[in-house]
Amino acid sequence: MSGPAKARPATQPVAITANDLADGRVVWLAADGGWTRNLAAARIFAPEEAAHALAQGQAAERARRVVGAYAVEVELLAGVPRPLRFRERLRATGPSVDAIPRPALPIAV
Amino acid sequence: MDQHAAIPPHARTYRYDAVDRDFLAARIAEFRDQVQRRLAGELTEDEFKPLRLMNGLYLQLHAYMLRVAIPYGVLDSRQLRQLAFIARRFDRGFGHFTTRQNIQFNWTKLEDAPDMLAALAEVDMHAIQTSGNCIRNVTTDEFAGAAADELVDPRVYAEILRQWSTLHPEFSYLPRKFKIAITGAPHDRVAAKVHDIGVIAKRNAEGAIGFEVWVGGGLGRTPVVGTLIHDFVPEAELLAYLEAVLRVYNVLGQRDNIYKARIKILVRDLGDEFRDLVEAEFAAMPRGRYRLDPEVVQAIAAHFAPPAFATLVDDPPALRRARAEDRRFAAWCATSTHPHRTPGYASVVISLKPIGGIPGDASAEQMEAVADLADRFSFGEIRVSHVQNLVLPHVRQEDLPALHAALDAHGLATPNVGLVTDIIACPGMDYCALATARSIPVAQRISERFADLDRQLDIGTLHVNISGCINACGHHHVGHIGLLGVDKRGEEVYQITLGGSATNDAAIGELIGPAFSYDAVVDAVETLVRTYVAHRTQGELFKDTYRRIGPAPFKEALYAPA
Amino acid sequence: MPLLEQGRLVADAFVAIADDARLPDGAPALVSLARLQAEATALLARNAQLGVLLPNDTDPSALAPFLHRLSLVALRFPKHRDGRAFTQARALREHHGFAGEIRATGHVLPDQHAFLLRCGFSTVEVAESADLAAWQRGLHAIPIAYQPAVAGDATPLGLLRRHVAVG
Repeated sequence: MSGPAKARPATQPVAITANDLADGRVVWLAADGGWTRNLAAARIFAPEEAAHALAQGQAAERARRVVGAYAVEVELLAGVPRPLRFRERLRATGPSVDAIPRPALPIAV
Repeated sequence: MDQHAAIPPHARTYRYDAVDRDFLAARIAEFRDQVQRRLAGELTEDEFKPLRLMNGLYLQLHAYMLRVAIPYGVLDSRQLRQLAFIARRFDRGFGHFTTRQNIQFNWTKLEDAPDMLAALAEVDMHAIQTSGNCIRNVTTDEFAGAAADELVDPRVYAEILRQWSTLHPEFSYLPRKFKIAITGAPHDRVAAKVHDIGVIAKRNAEGAIGFEVWVGGGLGRTPVVGTLIHDFVPEAELLAYLEAVLRVYNVLGQRDNIYKARIKILVRDLGDEFRDLVEAEFAAMPRGRYRLDPEVVQAIAAHFAPPAFATLVDDPPALRRARAEDRRFAAWCATSTHPHRTPGYASVVISLKPIGGIPGDASAEQMEAVADLADRFSFGEIRVSHVQNLVLPHVRQEDLPALHAALDAHGLATPNVGLVTDIIACPGMDYCALATARSIPVAQRISERFADLDRQLDIGTLHVNISGCINACGHHHVGHIGLLGVDKRGEEVYQITLGGSATNDAAIGELIGPAFSYDAVVDAVETLVRTYVAHRTQGELFKDTYRRIGPAPFKEALYAPA
Repeated sequence: MPLLEQGRLVADAFVAIADDARLPDGAPALVSLARLQAEATALLARNAQLGVLLPNDTDPSALAPFLHRLSLVALRFPKHRDGRAFTQARALREHHGFAGEIRATGHVLPDQHAFLLRCGFSTVEVAESADLAAWQRGLHAIPIAYQPAVAGDATPLGLLRRHVAVG
């Protein structure tokens, strides 16, 4: 099993991620304390802030807004965060395969 | 939802009665209440998780995923249309058929899940026991009730086992999940020997029905071929005997280590003593209480009575003509039809493995098209196979050209069933939270590499199975060529096993050597196929060539310095 | 702790006695299996009801020599997911014909209430803080069963069950 990164002290900058409670989509803790679906808009914490940052995410979990908050180590490429682990890059960008995407229909009558 | 007409009158599927429907309605009302309490903040995730899992709702990488049980892989057209409706209304317009004959919706929203379950209940379907340490959906032969080689119709007993295992009071908190497969044909198409219990129905010299019981097979972290513990359990004792097996497991299976909790570990550790314990329990239990009466079997069997087949002849002239005129149609007939027991009929496999496609995925339009074709050509019946294809079980051979043309119009006539591009693949890291690597794009690239039909036909039957983690949902251990994606320092690499088999000669593939990178793995498969083709004898399958010549030639081809 | 029988609160006549404690005179006592085995003669000679707590990794046949004198067998769920006691209860009823009280103790959930009774439990010990209404609902949430129950036919019959001869 892969799963979220193991709980060990961060040595790289981190972003805090989780899944949205209502629809399950991947979300990132933003600078304003809210959650964004866009990693580029996520707040990046220094490694020594990681524990404090995660506590913020977990508080949101207790407030029933998100599920499964954890810290993801990232590197900054020209200021844009990119997760170090492949799994987290995939979470950030969505499936790598083109899966006949189409919008859901309006509510049926 | 008017489009969901009555059950197709000819379809031989198990019909719910008012009692079954009341039960489902009660379950959905209960879950709707639980979801509302979760969204309102009255339940924590720790409290809610076991409740949603009991209703088949997982939280995956990008969204919730709803796993819907398709009992023993049997659907009628009305049910398939409803799955299409759910895919379109609540998902992104497609669904994924799994190796356990289930369907998964990958883009489920928590708030929609109760409505999805309600839509399923409208057509007598549900997601109960698709998760948790209970007896999961019983699987069977996709050609059940149709195959020429069938001795006993396994649907009857699969349905009996479905009822017996539904909310079983004693076996809902087992050490670990529990999977049962049953077949009634001498050719094992259900991978019976790699299930927790594999049941093989047969007849004795007097014509009475009984069952071989294989126990303790499985894949995952500890792959193992099952052990035969009874050669002929009489029909009346089937439930009693399985109760005895489950009781021994429930009491003695390991509960302190999730990786050692499956029955295969217990069977391995106890050896012959396992059978002795089962026999002792079986001998001591009040068998009258667990007796499977012939009248029950008859009542269930009535649901599966053969449809009204016409009197026809095999291989009619129109079919022969069509084959002669159209090479592609002939290839499709050769790969995608299976011998039917009734003259003039065939079972048709609909490949869900288009070149470059996602194995097992079907769009809502395709599901509706298949439902329509089932009504037109196959008494309204559809099956899901454990290799992630669909089957129309009862098609007139004279209708094959028309069916082929109709399937082709929907991208459903890829003539590759059983060939190298008919790949089994789990969702892998593109969707699954447990995965350590991707499966789907590897399958797609292999499929594109071998796209040429002539080459595929020349290679012949070859099973490539891909799993994105050690849990082995892609059955990689039993592929002729198996790929297992693992995480190596944050990147994907693929281990290769060779010589596996899921059928009568079930075998666990052997690891050939160091893993290959995502970029190199398709070339590695190509090398293996070339090596096989160079060494095989006439008609010899990959696994048999591998067993005959051993790993050395394959190893050399893969790893020798260029 | 509160004790439920068919969802109703009932008085618990038994007192759990530690292994090193003196037995009360003439009062129903619940003892460990170890103590029962060590002091069988004295315990069985008492003129009061006797109960035993059977560990969930012990085969109920360990109780066979004593069952005729036992009024209560308490089975324990260390956590609700550990389902061994369901099979122990079945075995006590089916293999040993035990007709006395079988009590579920430890971590059990209201959702398991009906399953407990169908497997042969007669009572459930619940936490002081338990929501008794939830335990009532748990008993009746699922209106059907597809399997034969140890407890007999008090519960509604399932499809298969409708046809199965009662053993």
